[in-house]
Amino acid sequence: MSLKEKLLSSYLAFEDHLEADSPIHDIRTKAIKAFENQGFPSKKEEAWKYTSLNKIVKEDYSIFPKAEKTIEFKDVKKYFLHDVDTYKIIFVDGVYSSFLSETTHDGLDVCLLSSALSKDKYKPVIETYFNKVAKDDSLTALNTAFAKEGAYIYIPKHKEVEKPIEIINFATGNEASLMLQPRNLVVVGENAHVQIIERHQSLSSHAVLTNTVTEIFADKRAHVDYYKIQNDHKEASLIDHTFIDQERDSICKVHTFSFGGKLTRNNLNFHQRGEHCDSVLNGITIIEGKQHVDHNTLVHHAAANCESHQDYKGIFDENSTGVFNGKVYVEKDAQKLDAFQQNNNILVSDKATINAKPQLEIFADDVRCSHGCTIGQLDEDALFYMRSRGIGKKEARALLMYAFANNVLESVTIPELKKRVNKLIALKIGVNLGFDL
Amino acid sequence: MLQIKDLHASVEEKDILKGINLEVKPGEVHAIMGPNGSGKSTFASVVAGKEEFEMTKGDVLLNGEDISELDPEERAHKGVFLSFQYPVEIPGVTVTNFIKTAINETRKAKGLEDMPASEMLKKIKEKAELLEIDRKFLSRSLNEGFSGGEKKRNEIFQMAMMEPKLAILDETDSGLDIDALKIVANGVNKLKSDDNAVIVITHYQRLLDYIVPDYVHVLMNGKIVKSGTKELAYELEEKGYDWIKEELV
Repeated sequence: MSLKEKLLSSYLAFEDHLEADSPIHDIRTKAIKAFENQGFPSKKEEAWKYTSLNKIVKEDYSIFPKAEKTIEFKDVKKYFLHDVDTYKIIFVDGVYSSFLSETTHDGLDVCLLSSALSKDKYKPVIETYFNKVAKDDSLTALNTAFAKEGAYIYIPKHKEVEKPIEIINFATGNEASLMLQPRNLVVVGENAHVQIIERHQSLSSHAVLTNTVTEIFADKRAHVDYYKIQNDHKEASLIDHTFIDQERDSICKVHTFSFGGKLTRNNLNFHQRGEHCDSVLNGITIIEGKQHVDHNTLVHHAAANCESHQDYKGIFDENSTGVFNGKVYVEKDAQKLDAFQQNNNILVSDKATINAKPQLEIFADDVRCSHGCTIGQLDEDALFYMRSRGIGKKEARALLMYAFANNVLESVTIPELKKRVNKLIALKIGVNLGFDL
Repeated sequence: MLQIKDLHASVEEKDILKGINLEVKPGEVHAIMGPNGSGKSTFASVVAGKEEFEMTKGDVLLNGEDISELDPEERAHKGVFLSFQYPVEIPGVTVTNFIKTAINETRKAKGLEDMPASEMLKKIKEKAELLEIDRKFLSRSLNEGFSGGEKKRNEIFQMAMMEPKLAILDETDSGLDIDALKIVANGVNKLKSDDNAVIVITHYQRLLDYIVPDYVHVLMNGKIVKSGTKELAYELEEKGYDWIKEELV
């Protein structure tokens, strides 16, 4: 049985357990049909030209884990931002772990999607926002069909959330291979501010496929800082779909740090609906071995006087492959726009590959849209300069790569996170930082 | 200190240096002058070990040891320092972090522990003052957005930190106004001792008013064609290089 067939039959069993009057029953039914019609995307589709799911979908994944497994905090502490106080929504093999989590309903909601879907008091929010910006491409639809658990975050207007919120999905390896489909919903009210860190972490060498969808709604003047840390096991694959809907004067920033995993696909969709929106998409990719990271971004500008900034840096070693497909779509009313896209790559090895494809579709006539893309090796003059100051070749190379990547971190708002990512970069590159971060 | 015998070097099979002989003793300052394209910067790069240049013939001895096969960093560890004509911008690495790394990598190569942080800070403060460098400047990315003068001052700051045996200053005066020139020259003079040596590469005699050379050499077409004392520099300033060309004919 193929994975598609398995998912379709699992859906029937899954649906049996659900109440038919669930507010999202119709949405689910439509979604599974969309998936059934489209199937898994293939390389024949333009958006998947450089990323093949063939091998990934051949694995015999468990769709619903059979047994629960608990994990001790001390064993996974390093994956938390443990040196600062945070809210935490933690899942272990797709199941909520109250033991590891720290949720709240005090002035804001940081809790579970499953309870938001089942309790009446959340019904208006679910009806207004759930699946409203998520698209119906096959993988997003697949997630929607199985949407049951994930993070539910609701920030009322004017609320400044000081503690960052961590969403971590652990895979324990209890199953030989596991498919996870977390679904997150984030609603940020007018003039509210929130910082969220999302992480998917496998704790064993068993295969994991995560197909996750996050919908984020930023109301007027809302400010959202969202961080994705992707530093997973080399048998873990992640397909991420993040949809962000922005009302006027809102600022949304997504930082994606892709440092590991077998196959990582980031579909990042911004939709600016009101004037004076600012969208920031920053990414650092540092991979090696046979790892594959694909950034597929879309910024949809529908209103005037907005900005978007994309800055993606990639360092590819050994046989690793990367894709950057960045699209900026400007509607004819989106005048006086400033859209900027930058994608710089270093190929460390002769066998590494990057496919970079900027796309601009502009229907307005008074806009500033720019894009730049570089693919290169390390600067020989800079290497000689550093070596002539006594810094060995290996260290000089590492320091240059470190410097190349780390300036993307300037816009990270959580100092502890910045420090952490800085260390991860140093570790990835093998630079011995003889200095403070 | 430095003995160079019949040095030939080429880049992409084009001969640039065609038999240079030079001996620099501890405590001496040598100036190398010459018209554009005479091979001055190539000479500096070859001594510092730039791999792009192929040394096809000759010897480069530092304190009697052949260094011609050594990597640039190994030469630096033995006390060779090159102040670049065009210092490279390295965004993301601050001046302070760069110099700390350079010093500790050099110490490591010598089997020493890292320099204690307090000592490092003290030294940075002292040398920054010597070159009238602002503290804010030290936390900026290396050479990024620096003016020409700031870049050169930063080169000499690094030299002051590294305390080389042999410093080669490649057109350190270019891009400097007179005040900056004086500060840089003063820095170099303060670092001078009987144990180290300086080679100053320049187009103009101006710098040599402040860093006074013991010897002046004229490099033309890849060879040293004339050597003399500092008076030779004045003569070149006044008459240009043509009279030497004529003399050679």
